[in-house]
Amino acid sequence: MKTFPKGGVHPPENKISAAVPIEMLPIPETVIIHLSQHLGAPAQPVVEKGEQVKVGQLIAKSAGFVSAPIHSPVSGTIEKIESVPDTSGYKKPAIIIKVEGDEWIDTIDRSPDLIKETILSKEEIIARISEMGIVGLGGATFPSHVKMMIPTGKKAEILIINGVECEPYLTSDHRLMLERSEELLVGISLVMKALGVSRAVIGIERNKPDAIAQLTSLSGQYAGIRVEPLKVKYPQGGEKQLIKAITGREVPSGKLPVDVGAVVHNVGTIVAVYEAVMKNKPLFERVVTVTGKLLERPANYLVRIGTPIEFLVKAAGGMPEDTGKVINGGPMMGKALLSLAVPVSKGTSGIVLLSQSAARRKPVMNCIRCRRCSSVCPMGLEPYLLQALSEQARWDEVEANRVMDCIECGSCSFICPASRPLVDFIRTGKANVNRIIRERSK
Amino acid sequence: MNTVLVTIISFALIGSIAGVILFLIAKRFRVVEDPRIDAVQEVLPGANCGGCGYPGCRGFAESCVKADSLSDLFCPVGGNSVMEQVAKILGKEVVQKEPQIAVVRCSGSPEHRQKTAFYDGAMTCEIASALFAGDTGCPYGCLGLGDCVKACTFDAIHINPETQLPEVIDDKCTACGACVTACPKGIIELRKRNKKDRKIYVSCVNTDKGAVTKRACDVGCIGCKACVKVCAYDAITVENFLAYIDPIKCKLCRKCVEVCPTHSILEINFPPRKTADAAAGKEVSEVTTT
Repeated sequence: MKTFPKGGVHPPENKISAAVPIEMLPIPETVIIHLSQHLGAPAQPVVEKGEQVKVGQLIAKSAGFVSAPIHSPVSGTIEKIESVPDTSGYKKPAIIIKVEGDEWIDTIDRSPDLIKETILSKEEIIARISEMGIVGLGGATFPSHVKMMIPTGKKAEILIINGVECEPYLTSDHRLMLERSEELLVGISLVMKALGVSRAVIGIERNKPDAIAQLTSLSGQYAGIRVEPLKVKYPQGGEKQLIKAITGREVPSGKLPVDVGAVVHNVGTIVAVYEAVMKNKPLFERVVTVTGKLLERPANYLVRIGTPIEFLVKAAGGMPEDTGKVINGGPMMGKALLSLAVPVSKGTSGIVLLSQSAARRKPVMNCIRCRRCSSVCPMGLEPYLLQALSEQARWDEVEANRVMDCIECGSCSFICPASRPLVDFIRTGKANVNRIIRERSK
Repeated sequence: MNTVLVTIISFALIGSIAGVILFLIAKRFRVVEDPRIDAVQEVLPGANCGGCGYPGCRGFAESCVKADSLSDLFCPVGGNSVMEQVAKILGKEVVQKEPQIAVVRCSGSPEHRQKTAFYDGAMTCEIASALFAGDTGCPYGCLGLGDCVKACTFDAIHINPETQLPEVIDDKCTACGACVTACPKGIIELRKRNKKDRKIYVSCVNTDKGAVTKRACDVGCIGCKACVKVCAYDAITVENFLAYIDPIKCKLCRKCVEVCPTHSILEINFPPRKTADAAAGKEVSEVTTT
C-alpha cells in the first residue's frame, strides 16, 4: 500500500457524514460575495448598486494573471458593495445581493445529460477554466488556469487527482467521487488534454472503499486514468506528500510540483472544470460538509457561494448548546469562526462543530525535547526548534532551518504532549521570513 | 631540573616570537577608527533599543560621526540634552526636537467592550491578529496579549490586569517607538510630551461608522464631530468616522473631553476639575488617572 514515507499522524477520522448523499440547499435571502475568494489579486467588481443580475452572470472580473473572476450565485438585485467581515473577522470588500427568484443566464446548459466529447482545443479549455472562475476547491483556492499553463522548458508528465480527503470529519470530496463519478472522469480527460499528458492517477485513501471500487470499474472506459488506493495517513492530501506517495518523486525545497513533472488537482476542482467546459457553468456553488458529533443531522450540502454559514448550520439541525468552536475547514488545518454570519466562499470545504471539551486547547507546558514533532513532520523539519527561534524573532535562523518548506499541516501541534502552539509560531516565522525575502529581492 | 629549565626557556622563546609576530600584525593591519565614535557612544544612553533606527548605540554613534548634519539623527531616549552633547563632541549643529511619549489609543476594557469569542492560541498579538480580528466585536482594538510589553526595553508599559489594556508609565517612557512597531493593530502613537506629562488624545482607532462602533464598544469614537465644533484651535479632524487631535495644535483646554458623548477623548495627569464643571468631566477624570 502506497503512502508518503516521512512522518504523518493518525487523527481519529470521524467521517460521520460519509453516507449522507449530497443535498441541494435552498437559496438564502441575501448572499455576501467577497471579492477575495481566491489566492492572488482580489477581483474587480463590474456591477453597480441597484443592478439586476442573473445566476452565472459575471459580477467581478479577474484582476491579473493570478486572480479569478467571480460570478453571481443567485438572481436578484445588487444591494450594496461594501466591506464586511470575512471568516477572519476583518472587513474585506464584498458584493451583497438580495435574492429574487432563481433565473439563470441562458448560456448555462442545465440538462443532466453527460457530455463526453469536446471539440475545444487545449488553449480553449484553459481559457474556459479561467473565464469560469475555477479555483482549487480543496481549500487553497489557487486559480486553476495558472496550474494548467506549464512554464516553458518544463513538462508535465502525470496528472494527479487528489481524492485523499485526509482531514478528519470532511466528506464532500468522498461524496463527489461517488455521486459524480462520470463527470469527474470526463473532467480528468479534459485536464489531461489541456496539460498534454497521457497518464492520470486518482489517489484515494483506503477508508473510502466504495469510491475506490466505483471509480476503478468506471475508469476502464477512459484511456490513461487509473485509481491508486493509498494507506490512511494524515497529511496524505498535501500536494507534495501525494506526489511522493504516487510517483515516488520528491519535490525539491522551493520548487513546484511541475518541476518533477506532476500537476495535482482536487476532485471538486475537476468536477467544476467539467461543468465549466462542458456545461458552460461558472463556479458559483460547491459542496460543503456540515458536521460534528453533537449536530442533529450532519450532511453534505450543495450550496451557492455567499450563503451565510448560519444558514447551513440551521439546515443541519441548528447549533447544539455545548458547541465550543465552529471551524471553517477541517479540524487539523481549519480556522475557528468568530461569527456565523460570514458567508461560504469558494474555499469552504467544510464546517465542523466541536464540543466545548473537544475545542479547548490544553494548557501549554515546557518542551521536554521528546522529538515527537520532528518524527511526525512530513517535511522533515524540526518544529520545536522553529517554534523557539520564531518566538525569539531570530528570523535568519528560522529561514536557515527551512521554515518555508512547512505546509502548516498541524501534525506537530497535534502530537505534542506538552500542547505547545508549534504551528502558530511557525506560521508567524513563515510570514516574517517571507517579508524578509521580498525586501531582499527589491 | 633539566625539564623545568627546558620548559621555561622554550615557552619564553615561543612567547617572545609570538609577541613579535603579534606586534608586527597589529602594526600592519591596524584599524584606524575615529576616536570620536567612542566619545559619542560614551554619552549615549547605551540601551541599544534601536529607537533611533540604527542597530544599537554604536551604530548610531558611527552614523553621527559620518553624517554631514545631525538633522536626520535623533536619539529618542537621550533626547535633546544627549543630542546637544553629541553635537558638542562633533562640532555640528543640533536640531531641537520636541520630547515625545507613547500613548495607547484604546479604552476597550471588558466592561466597555464585550468579548464575543475566546482565544486560546499562542499568546502573542502578532499571531492572534494574523489569525483573526480579535475576541471582541471591535476588529481594531487592543488584543491585550502584551507584544508591546515584551518589546519595551525600559519596562515602561504594562498590562493593567483590571482593564486588560496596556498602560504607559510616563517617567520611564523614552519614546523609542519599539511598542509602536510591535503593535500589530497600530494602536500606540508617539505624541508630543506636554508639561507635567499632560495628555489629551482620542483613545480609539476604530474607523467604522458610528453605529457599528457603538455596538462593539461603549467608549469608541463614533465620529460625531462634537469635539471638532468645540475646538477653538482647529486641532481636531475627523476622517473615516474617527477623530484625531493634532498634538502640536492642541492647547490642552479640555473642552473636547467634556463634549465627547462616548468619553473616548481622555485627559490624563490634569488636576481635578472645579465642581462647577459638568459631572461628565468628573467621571472621565476618574477613569483616566494613571
